Amino acid sequence: MITAFIGPSGCGKSTLIKSLNRMNDLVEGCKITGDIMLDGENIYGNIDVNALRKRVGMVFQKPNPFPMSVYDNIAYGPRTHGIKSKFKLNEIVEKSLRDAAIWDELKDRLKKSALSLSGGQQQRLCIARALSVNPDVLLMDEPTSALDPISTSKIEELVIKLKRDYTIVIVTHNMQQATRISDRTAFFLLGDLIEYGDTEQIFSIPQDKRCEDYITGRFG
Amino acid sequence: MRRFDEQLTQLNDMLLEMGAMVEKTITMASQALIAQDTALAKKVIDGEDDVDRKEKDIEALCLKLLLQQQPVAKDLRLISAALKMITDMERIGDQAADISELVIMMNGAPYIKKLEHIPQMATATVKMVTDSIDAYVRKDLELAQSVVEYDDVVDDLFDKVKFDLIELIRAGTSNSEQAIDLLMVAKYFERIGDHACNIAQWVVFSITGKQTS
Repeated sequence: MITAFIGPSGCGKSTLIKSLNRMNDLVEGCKITGDIMLDGENIYGNIDVNALRKRVGMVFQKPNPFPMSVYDNIAYGPRTHGIKSKFKLNEIVEKSLRDAAIWDELKDRLKKSALSLSGGQQQRLCIARALSVNPDVLLMDEPTSALDPISTSKIEELVIKLKRDYTIVIVTHNMQQATRISDRTAFFLLGDLIEYGDTEQIFSIPQDKRCEDYITGRFG
Repeated sequence: MRRFDEQLTQLNDMLLEMGAMVEKTITMASQALIAQDTALAKKVIDGEDDVDRKEKDIEALCLKLLLQQQPVAKDLRLISAALKMITDMERIGDQAADISELVIMMNGAPYIKKLEHIPQMATATVKMVTDSIDAYVRKDLELAQSVVEYDDVVDDLFDKVKFDLIELIRAGTSNSEQAIDLLMVAKYFERIGDHACNIAQWVVFSITGKQTS
């Protein structure tokens, strides 16, 4: 299942998505109330935050590969979680890159710096890195806004493929992208959830006028 | 006003123009039939190209809007409904021309019966087309639904014409060929009513997002 978060800048989409893996904990002075349940467990209860972030991976707007090789970018997470076997790491790197639909492009460049890749490749590498720790949920905050149409299309194809195995939440300012890839859409305004429903319904017969005004570009 | 809103206004204006052209065509075809005016009938046939051109112009504008604006929600419904409506309007133009061709073929021969229900069918279909276009422009759901219901009036008139003509043929009318021609004229008007009904159903879709059959 892919859920898209849409709404004007400052409406709280990114704040909400970051609260899904407790990234907001890192924001100084951040006040957090309420519960968020993951498989029946409150992630704001007494839990291991690192284990949570392993289960709930995140991909950001700007590709942010580590300044190291392609291989080490992917192996970084598993190593942090204690995997040392070279054989096992090789296996994870290949599977993650394959799942992120970039293995064929990078299999001969595993030792090359990740920073030498194109923007679209870097973003797919970041998705592969998120997949390397075998998460349940994938959060994506405008993952294609800095990419050209071809790279965007590859990421979209990839996201659709990944939804079979992962729960995906994506923040996007691209209405067409939301209609192309998401199953459900949530519209936010000034920090409130205004409308939530099937993407097809939201983009054909939205129930709330504010939602309709926003998606048809008549907002404000 | 945003450029997109200006373009939507332009689309509305063009639809109104095409609607007016089609209404005029039906009226002229009906007048040509009643007055057995072959010159007027020819004018209807010649005017068919104008309706076709208008359809192409509106189609081009709709495709441009889909490409440039990538509309969603009510804008998408409005444009997709317009694309469907113009097909029905173009068909109405064709059928008015078909009626006119029959007028020319009948070549001023005296009518085997006084035309009574066919002119009523013409008036009814003009009203249906006018109302459906008005409903689109004014986003008037009630008016659009009334057009759909009004189709029954046209269908009833067609049945009356058919019944009368069957009686005439049965009684051994001297010009059975004309009886068939008049039946075809009535059928064309009945089809025009169906197209007007389709237009109204697309108007309902553009307003509510619900497709009706």
